[in-house]
Amino acid sequence: MDLTNDDVAEILALLDSLPYDELDLQTPRFRLTLRRGPGGWTEESQALTEPTAVTPASPAPASPPSAAEPAMPGVADETESDSEWDAAGLVAVPAPLPGTFYRAPRPGAAPFVEVGGEVHEDTVVAIVETMKLMNSVHAGLHGRVAEICLENAEPVSQGATLMWIEPGA
Amino acid sequence: MSGRHGFRRVLVANRGEIAARVIRTCRRLGIETVLTVSDADAGSVPARLADKVARIGPPPAGASYLDVDAVVAAAVAAGADAVHPGYGFLSENARLARACATAGVVFIGPTPEILEASGDKLAAREHAVAAGLPVLPGGSVTDAQPGEVAGRIGFPVLVKAAGGGGGRGLRVVRDPGELAHAVAVAGAEAAAAFGDGRVYLERYVSPARHVEVQLLGDGQRVVHLGTRDCSVQRRYQKLIEEAPAPLLGDALRGRLHDAAVALGERLRYRGAGTVEFLVDPEREEFYFLEVNARIQVEHPVTEAITGLDLVEEQIAIAEGRPLRVRQQDVAFAGHAIECRINAEDPRRDFLPSPGTITGAVFPAGPGIRVDTHVQAGVTVPPHYDSLLAKVIGHGADRGEALATLRGALDRCAIDGVVTNLDMHRGLLADVEFGKAGVDTGYLGRFLESGAYVQDDHE
Repeated sequence: MDLTNDDVAEILALLDSLPYDELDLQTPRFRLTLRRGPGGWTEESQALTEPTAVTPASPAPASPPSAAEPAMPGVADETESDSEWDAAGLVAVPAPLPGTFYRAPRPGAAPFVEVGGEVHEDTVVAIVETMKLMNSVHAGLHGRVAEICLENAEPVSQGATLMWIEPGA
Repeated sequence: MSGRHGFRRVLVANRGEIAARVIRTCRRLGIETVLTVSDADAGSVPARLADKVARIGPPPAGASYLDVDAVVAAAVAAGADAVHPGYGFLSENARLARACATAGVVFIGPTPEILEASGDKLAAREHAVAAGLPVLPGGSVTDAQPGEVAGRIGFPVLVKAAGGGGGRGLRVVRDPGELAHAVAVAGAEAAAAFGDGRVYLERYVSPARHVEVQLLGDGQRVVHLGTRDCSVQRRYQKLIEEAPAPLLGDALRGRLHDAAVALGERLRYRGAGTVEFLVDPEREEFYFLEVNARIQVEHPVTEAITGLDLVEEQIAIAEGRPLRVRQQDVAFAGHAIECRINAEDPRRDFLPSPGTITGAVFPAGPGIRVDTHVQAGVTVPPHYDSLLAKVIGHGADRGEALATLRGALDRCAIDGVVTNLDMHRGLLADVEFGKAGVDTGYLGRFLESGAYVQDDHE
């Protein structure tokens, strides 16, 4: 926005003394809507300028993302194998939220579980890191790890299958 | 190149609300801005506010915002005189500071030596002790068994990241049997966030208040800009901050100011920095926690009561100018309180809620300030933190600031992602918060009491 906070404050001070309850200002670079409600003023703004890269020769920045969430790896692979594994009676361990999948408590440490390892309901089998928080993923059932679907440090989307557990001892 | 010349172009090496905020001051000062962007931020609001953008990598922070070489290369390619690192990311990274110097670009922040002294939280403790500040009983577990160290300190202990700070990589351990796992997970968080998995232990004191002192230094002189109270925290992440810290008593307040300045002088501090203390309210004792050699998220409340623009001060210091204020010039007016609005769901244990903002309406008016990077249509990516906006209320006293902020949050509406707005409204209406002086356990108790009900519509 080309208007500074002080500019907006001045506009508000001006509007306050006038009978208008709304100001809608639009330029090619921004849109500013100021509305007076029972509690006071609100501000809604849109910076409209398209970002300009430093040098056209450098790798172009990705175009502004659309409203849809970008597809994450680890999802497309699931559909084909899902039905195959499900039919075998295996239970999926899903990612509780989107982020990065880690197999071990810290870089260089031994993984929480390996294929064939026994797990119980509370066994921590992985960490999914989201917005800097480490979220422990639990097996959720008693059984053995049949398959681990992702590589360490791969991004995952919410609900994506991290591993398959064969129920029972 | 700089020296005593004003910067003409600054590379803003950060994202989100702080990038927008730094760009705003640069714009006011007539400084051209180039913003570093990962692919996830290419269409962000700060990218539209900056004069130019420079792509530095794919979305994961480790491959973009934490890539020293990419940031320096962007600064050089853009012809920037200086780099503003914001907070978090590389803001306290001595390697970035050195790489900038080598490339002939000014790092807007302390010297590499100060960054190393304050960034290594164990080394910082030693400096604090040498400067005469009280510290909590504690020790490193890098070369010692956690159990042994904890045995000396006594349980409960707090596991802390030596290479970190800012509330990350912290765990309280009450049960000795959980110490090993806590040290492992804390180390993993620290390694992911800071590339340094070293941890140390400190005695856990409760109840306690988190009080910090803002400093400005030019390498010769240090002044303080008063206190902030940041005790309203959840898992060591600040949610509400205020300035000045209420209910301290003049003597204790003075001792905090003096202690912070003493440490700043020992470090020959240069730039904006904050010394964090733990205050034991019952005994009126305080202990050094850490020093943060960067601008902090909550700096607006200090700006509100001092009338200073801390980013402008940072730039002036980096340009080689002496401090423009003497201690006697610093005047405090009124009280300010800030709420951090995050994209997270308090009903689901504060699960981060990335997604697309479909509507963003913010309050405006006298005594109200909003720092944000969101507008309708932007995507909140999952790769970074969840801070959407900071809403600050300023008044002649705490009561006025609180009333202003309550009205401000009533006029806030963010749609498309789940936020903690209703939680903030509940906190600002809570009698205990209204009385001031809450301790760091307050927010946990408030949430457990079920005192507020999260609305289904935002």
